[in-house]
Amino acid sequence: MVEALRSEARLFRDLPAEHEATLIPSLQQLQKEYGYLPPDELQRVAAELGIPHSRVHGVASFYSQFTDTPRGKHTVQVCLGTACHVGGGKGIRDALTQVLGIRPGETTPDGAITLEEVHCLGCCSLAPVIVVDGVAYGRNDRKKALHTLLECCDQESPGS
Amino acid sequence: MSGPTVELTIDGVPVVVPHGTPLLEAAREAGVDIPHLCYHPALSSAGSCGLCLVEVKGKLVQACREQAQPGMEVCTDGGRISRLRKLILELILSDHPQDCLTCERSGACDLQRYAYRYQLDANRFMGPDHERREAAPREDNPFIRYEPEKCVLCGRCVRVCAEVQGRHVLGYAGRGFASEVTSPFARPLTETNCELCGQCVAVCPSGALTERERRFTGREWEFRVTTTVCPFCGCGCPLTLHLLKDQIVRVSGGRDGFRLCVKGRFGLSFVHREDRLRAPMVRRQGKLTESSWEEALSSVAAKLREIREQHGPQAVAGMSSAKCTNEDNYLFQKLLRATLGTNNVDHCARLCHAPTVAGLAQSFGSGAMTNSIADIEEATCLLITGSNTTEAHPIVAQAVIRAARRGARLIVADPRRIELADIADVHLRQRPGTDVAWLNGMAHVILEEGLWNSEFVEQRCEGLEELREALAPYTPEAVEELTGIPADDLRRAACLYADSQRSTIVYSMGITQHTTGTDNVLAVANLAMLTGHIGRRGTGVNPLRGQNNVQGACDLGALPNVFPGYQPVSDPSARAKFEQAWGAPLPAAPGLTAVEIIDAARAGEIKALLIMGENPLVTHPDQRHVREALAALELLVVLDIFPSETSELAHVVLPAASFAEKDGTFTSTERRVQRLRCALPPPGEAWADWEILCRLSTRLGFPMAYGHPQEIMDEIASLTPIYGGISYARLDGEGLQWPCPHPDHPGTPVLHQEEFTRGKGRFHPVRYQGPTEIPDEEYPFALTTGRVLNHFHSRTMTRRVRGLQELLPEGYVEIHPADAAQLGMIPDTLVRVTSRRGSIVTLARVTQRAQEGTVFIPFHFAEAAANALTPADSLDPSSKIPALKACAVRLEHIGPD
Repeated sequence: MVEALRSEARLFRDLPAEHEATLIPSLQQLQKEYGYLPPDELQRVAAELGIPHSRVHGVASFYSQFTDTPRGKHTVQVCLGTACHVGGGKGIRDALTQVLGIRPGETTPDGAITLEEVHCLGCCSLAPVIVVDGVAYGRNDRKKALHTLLECCDQESPGS
Repeated sequence: MSGPTVELTIDGVPVVVPHGTPLLEAAREAGVDIPHLCYHPALSSAGSCGLCLVEVKGKLVQACREQAQPGMEVCTDGGRISRLRKLILELILSDHPQDCLTCERSGACDLQRYAYRYQLDANRFMGPDHERREAAPREDNPFIRYEPEKCVLCGRCVRVCAEVQGRHVLGYAGRGFASEVTSPFARPLTETNCELCGQCVAVCPSGALTERERRFTGREWEFRVTTTVCPFCGCGCPLTLHLLKDQIVRVSGGRDGFRLCVKGRFGLSFVHREDRLRAPMVRRQGKLTESSWEEALSSVAAKLREIREQHGPQAVAGMSSAKCTNEDNYLFQKLLRATLGTNNVDHCARLCHAPTVAGLAQSFGSGAMTNSIADIEEATCLLITGSNTTEAHPIVAQAVIRAARRGARLIVADPRRIELADIADVHLRQRPGTDVAWLNGMAHVILEEGLWNSEFVEQRCEGLEELREALAPYTPEAVEELTGIPADDLRRAACLYADSQRSTIVYSMGITQHTTGTDNVLAVANLAMLTGHIGRRGTGVNPLRGQNNVQGACDLGALPNVFPGYQPVSDPSARAKFEQAWGAPLPAAPGLTAVEIIDAARAGEIKALLIMGENPLVTHPDQRHVREALAALELLVVLDIFPSETSELAHVVLPAASFAEKDGTFTSTERRVQRLRCALPPPGEAWADWEILCRLSTRLGFPMAYGHPQEIMDEIASLTPIYGGISYARLDGEGLQWPCPHPDHPGTPVLHQEEFTRGKGRFHPVRYQGPTEIPDEEYPFALTTGRVLNHFHSRTMTRRVRGLQELLPEGYVEIHPADAAQLGMIPDTLVRVTSRRGSIVTLARVTQRAQEGTVFIPFHFAEAAANALTPADSLDPSSKIPALKACAVRLEHIGPD
């Protein structure tokens, strides 16, 4: 028994290294399931992985892929990276802001659309870019961007 | 300096520092203060603020992370270094409210100091439309104010919370410009697992975290400071009071200069409460009314004389106080013994560690903590039993947590799932009152597996064969039957404890407050001797004493059988020594213990009782019994700082000075004698206890004339070998740990190093006897009582601290969810708890921390007094401690209040 106990001794055991690696995948799963990270679920993740709640919250709030508020049915992201910025991304963002009546990071009151700003999506040759529900649409101007967004929404939910 | 050192030069000044010293610390040796915000000597280094950059051979390095190397030439300031620092400070200040005019940290703020040093009178990054974080101050708890705008994101608070306190409440959230330090989801601290220890406030280098109650009560440069000792538990933390016009504005200091708990840091405002006793009170026509000292003292003296003449000195008794100083306690027992001629003097140690004093004296020859608090951290295995350390001794708990962080193995033996159990390798959940069985079981396994230290036992101990024989029946399987601890868990614990470089045992009242309290202690001592885990740093048997000066009250003879320094009253030579020194004949027969004094009062044998700073009506077992006893007295005199449940029954109440209003010494749980210093005058006509005792003794015809407690300590030193080398002149620094037999002795951090105090350590075989009162059909639950973090003892002090009271306003009973379900109990509704002695109504707290079949009630609350339920008649035969940790109760659901 003594031998077995010796071999399991571990340094720095309040830093649960093997669990930390699973934190981000766990959060991604939650986000996929709920569309956002519900606070209670984060507490559960913390307890299950043995990682302090404050650290889980720190990681969750650091990455832009995670959000702690429920999202709209559709998410539109406007790129403001260098190429898109030069190509008029800011104007597209302003147009969407005006039409939807919300600021970036917010969701329309009917829960239909969430607007986000991102900084470079890696497809600069298509600038200016918007992404609707994970699909990138390039070479936009204000009109085209609005049109694309409306089209995507109509397709998805004819009843709404 | 021990260990290898390195020589280097800092700005041309040669210094010698220990190997591994960071440059930042090495620079201090050269008198150079390298600016830094994120570095703190007690925390891991973050290296994030960039302010401490220095040059070594033209290369910039971080002084907080770079270690001193032989021959290094370090340049700490000037040229590009100061330009860089200025830039960093400019960036921080571009986003920092410049409200030093009203900021509480002003004058003690690192950021302010550096801004001045680097002449930041203008800022390139501030303009009409520069961006700034905006966030409202948060006051979501009674004690800590957080102003996020003033946060410099150094992360000291995040690290202190995780590394020192083990709480992980604070973390970083967000990213980039919007990053902030916060609790998860910015929840109020009171809704997290925060203990409000305020360690974060203590290490914050800016005005972001400050004491909430100090706002607009004084500026840093206006304060007068007094360094003294915390008046709450036995940890004995040094603390510094910052006063403005005799008001305590804030508290700093603590261990390592910053470690305190919520009570020490935020719980001292009771000193200023309006309802402090300010004038003596004498009962007239059944009512306590204010009187002069003259009248009060002469009426006490006259009555005492009368009772002594009519009934003899044995009709008089005294209860001394573990809250009062060594000097107060010394005079109290001297008053009882020399002035009044009785050994009937005891104090609340009877209810906490009497078995420790009795048991460890039998095993080792000395009944106190064998090691020091700091050295608990050096253990490689810790056995914590019967001590809810994080709540009852928070600063000791930090040492436990830090040891565990470094990889030490942790065994917790406790019926409740206390917080330390969450980080333990093994949690043994014994049924209350079965400690002898599992302790014997551990020793059995250690012998069986050949893990005992034969060399140590042969050379330094005696009585192994009797022990071996007695342990034979305690196989892990047999122990499982008796205690409910799975046999394999016991084996695991025994192996971990025995097979470690340095194992320490930390215990408290879960071991002592039983009818088998002394046996429990003996069994603990057996374990330590069997494995040789004693007499070295990081090992030992460490009973944690509950009150600030309970160690000192015992040391100074506030016990019925011993004079100061544990010299028996029955020993003719000791008696002769004290008779000669005091100039009075002294009784030879040991007096009555605290519980016996109450019994004798009820039986009419004790007629007069002096109580100094105690509240037995709440703290003693069987409240109804105590009330009847006190009511039967012809004279009850109470010295206290507040009216208490007990003082309401008194004939005379004498107002005393609090810890902050007198000089003296306290002896902490680690045997450290420390100086208490007077910071402000007592309220009204209150006097220090020693002054009251001197005047009373003088009136009784036995003059005591001491000008200052220092003179009392000199007398103590002359009569008490273990305090022989202690004098006020030597106590200016960190104090001295007894035994300190002569003026050149450095004190003794570790006892029993070469040999035990009694010579050889003695094994005492102990046999398991179950608790006297076990749950049955009528009373199906076992009750244990204990402490919580936010309150202290009978709450006389802590219920007068607004914030502490807000955090936990009333008592409760902890019940396991399965038990609650079976009884149809709804959490947070009222239940009636009934024992054979009495009945109380309190809130049900349903929690997994309770063991099935066992409930827990904190003893602090007079309104739902745990001691209305506990028995006063089942005592440990050798130490006379009552069984406060195991009695039988039944529960009834009442419903919402």
